[in-house]
Amino acid sequence: MRHLLSIEDLDRAGIERIVSLAERFAEVSDREIKKVPALRGRMVLNLFYEASTRTRSSFELAAKRLSADVVNFAASGSSVEKGESLKDTVLTLSAHKPDAIVLRTPWAGASELVSRWCGAAIINAGDGKHEHPTQALLDVYTLRRRLGAIDGASIWIVGDVAHSRVARSDVLAFQRMGAKVTLAGPPTLIPRGIESLGCEVRHTLEELHTADVVYALRMQRERMSELWVPSIREYAACYQINAARLAPHQVLMHPGPVNRGVELSGEVVDSPQALITAQVEAGVVVRMAVLYELLASARDADAAHPAERGGGAPPSAVGAEVGEGQLA
Amino acid sequence: MTATAMLVDGPGTAAELLLVDVHVLDPRTGIEARHDVRVRAGVVAELAEPGGLECDAREEVLAGEGRLTLVPAFFDPHVHLRTPGQEHKEDLQSGTRAAAAGGYAGVIAMPNTDPVIDSAPLLRSLRDSAAREAHVSVGFLGAITRGLQGEQLTEMAELREQGALGFTDDGRPVQSAGMLRKALQYQRLCGGVIALHEEDRTLSRGGAMHEGALSAALGIAGIPTVAESTMVARDAELAGYEDARVHFQHLSCTASVDAVAAAKARGWRVSAEVSPHHLLLTEEAVRGLDTRMKMHPPLATESDRRSLVEGLRAGTIDCVATDHAPHAREEKEVPFEQAPMGTTGLETAFAALYTELVLGGVIPLELLVARMSAGAALFGLPAPLIAPGEPANLALLDLDAEWTAGEHGWESRSENCCFAGRRLRGRVLATICAGALVHRDRSLALIGAG
Repeated sequence: MRHLLSIEDLDRAGIERIVSLAERFAEVSDREIKKVPALRGRMVLNLFYEASTRTRSSFELAAKRLSADVVNFAASGSSVEKGESLKDTVLTLSAHKPDAIVLRTPWAGASELVSRWCGAAIINAGDGKHEHPTQALLDVYTLRRRLGAIDGASIWIVGDVAHSRVARSDVLAFQRMGAKVTLAGPPTLIPRGIESLGCEVRHTLEELHTADVVYALRMQRERMSELWVPSIREYAACYQINAARLAPHQVLMHPGPVNRGVELSGEVVDSPQALITAQVEAGVVVRMAVLYELLASARDADAAHPAERGGGAPPSAVGAEVGEGQLA
Repeated sequence: MTATAMLVDGPGTAAELLLVDVHVLDPRTGIEARHDVRVRAGVVAELAEPGGLECDAREEVLAGEGRLTLVPAFFDPHVHLRTPGQEHKEDLQSGTRAAAAGGYAGVIAMPNTDPVIDSAPLLRSLRDSAAREAHVSVGFLGAITRGLQGEQLTEMAELREQGALGFTDDGRPVQSAGMLRKALQYQRLCGGVIALHEEDRTLSRGGAMHEGALSAALGIAGIPTVAESTMVARDAELAGYEDARVHFQHLSCTASVDAVAAAKARGWRVSAEVSPHHLLLTEEAVRGLDTRMKMHPPLATESDRRSLVEGLRAGTIDCVATDHAPHAREEKEVPFEQAPMGTTGLETAFAALYTELVLGGVIPLELLVARMSAGAALFGLPAPLIAPGEPANLALLDLDAEWTAGEHGWESRSENCCFAGRRLRGRVLATICAGALVHRDRSLALIGAG
């Protein structure tokens, strides 16, 4: 694997490989010194064209725990505001020879485009309303830890699907892992034709009780000013996941940040059924796994592009550094 | 101003040419036979059996060897020459060179330039530039509303006097039915065709591709086909009510074709065009998010495409128009949602349509040739004919030539062609505009040159 651009590029085995690797890295997070030398001397560039707290900091933390150097580049306050194009920004930053670029943009397909412009491994940290593959991987990781396996599970994703890259990546990832996915939300916020992804669509929560997993999406307040829904009050009345709607056997997920009182009631956020904190924890280990997978175990890519690797240790040596012995 | 004078001829000088033993195909005169054709003083001077015309010492000879096909030159009623104001995308020279290379002897330029062509003095200066720079004949449309703002009519009568063939707010279509109705009423005073880019922007807003399963999967906001078809239906009815002459630009879906057919059945004075890309491509081409595939209206489904082909075949759609829309490389080298709409088309239109539709057995060559030059008459201009005394607007084609679109670069200043890299059959070897040889393929030798 050379880049992580989309869940579409991963089969079940690919998802399982990353999730298993993340399970091995989970142990590192519990150590007193939360660091392994696997990516020593490598450089990870966080290039964010949109505001992000948790995704960016979790990538930063993941890279640092693997001993990589991290450079954060936010589009605001940079040359981007002076009119520099995405391509020119990427070419300029490529001069620093990053080994990986973690990219978030408001535009679908931007990470795929960037992967053609530079030699670094590209990790899509959200491209417009298209995909957010590491979120889906960490969701799979979190669910597997809680449920054991996802095969046969019924997962309902509820809310603003139209503007959600998380929903698209999750639908693909959950289905690849054997789950049955249902999308539910206001008809104005469910894109026409989305059922072609293989999921079902509902506009009410009447059958929500059939779900094993309820995955609520963030309802952005600006959607109301754009008249997608008549009011946040009515949205909450129809679609809020609260104690009355969440059955005891169900687990609750949310990609964060939560709007308490809108898509989720406060009581369910704080209930033991909620996996929201576990998702945040999973974010770091899954992103460690992704970085490791792309930078340390991509032997073929390393062999093909030795010059781009910034004179780091040979791949075999890097692989040995984080062998079973060190993680165990 | 006479209809012919509304078209600006470039500075090209009439050549003395003898086309020897060419297969002449003119769907309007019904000629389909091998001929020698003499071009002199801007007109088709003589037609004779092969070997029937003696070469004059002053003449240049183009040898058809019974293999090359001579057709009436194509006419494109919808191109963007980007002048004034966006000459980094295209200018009058490069745009009309591209037209000549595609076999076109005439084009109509859209007014959504910077500034917008919304006043007679602007049109006058643009026509003056075209007379100095253009390689083929150029006609112009003026804007319907000032600055394409949709709020106040332009001085349409003055624009007409200055040579506007008609009016359009292409690129930023008139939204208000009341505003459009005023333009249709005013047409009774000033004449000229009102050409409509149909798009209800409350439905298309924010969209970057056809709305459907693919846009849902790609997470790109879709443009529903009803954004176009509801406006076609609305404006056809307005045209019928006001007995106005309306031309629908670049139809893209079944429902629009049906609306035009219904309007024609009622005797309303409407016509329609379709682009080569809507005839040949579908939303599938957008899957890889190649920004050359991003255009307005967006590429729709295979069933829409089939309706467009059938509409063109049946005559519901009157003509082919490329909507040649050049954009600079850096403008298109951006994420799909950020990219401007449009593809170039002049240099590939004939070959792409010939390869897919004619060689594919969908429509006959004479129908394609007819539809590619039908745009002239729709705007009140004489249809190109291959007959003695008629203006020599001709295209010489090698129907067997195989080439790859863009293999030797482009005459257009821009390279955002949706057919780039395609293997095509049929090549324009020469284009004659008002008797001037405005394009000659390198492979075609000129013999003589007195």
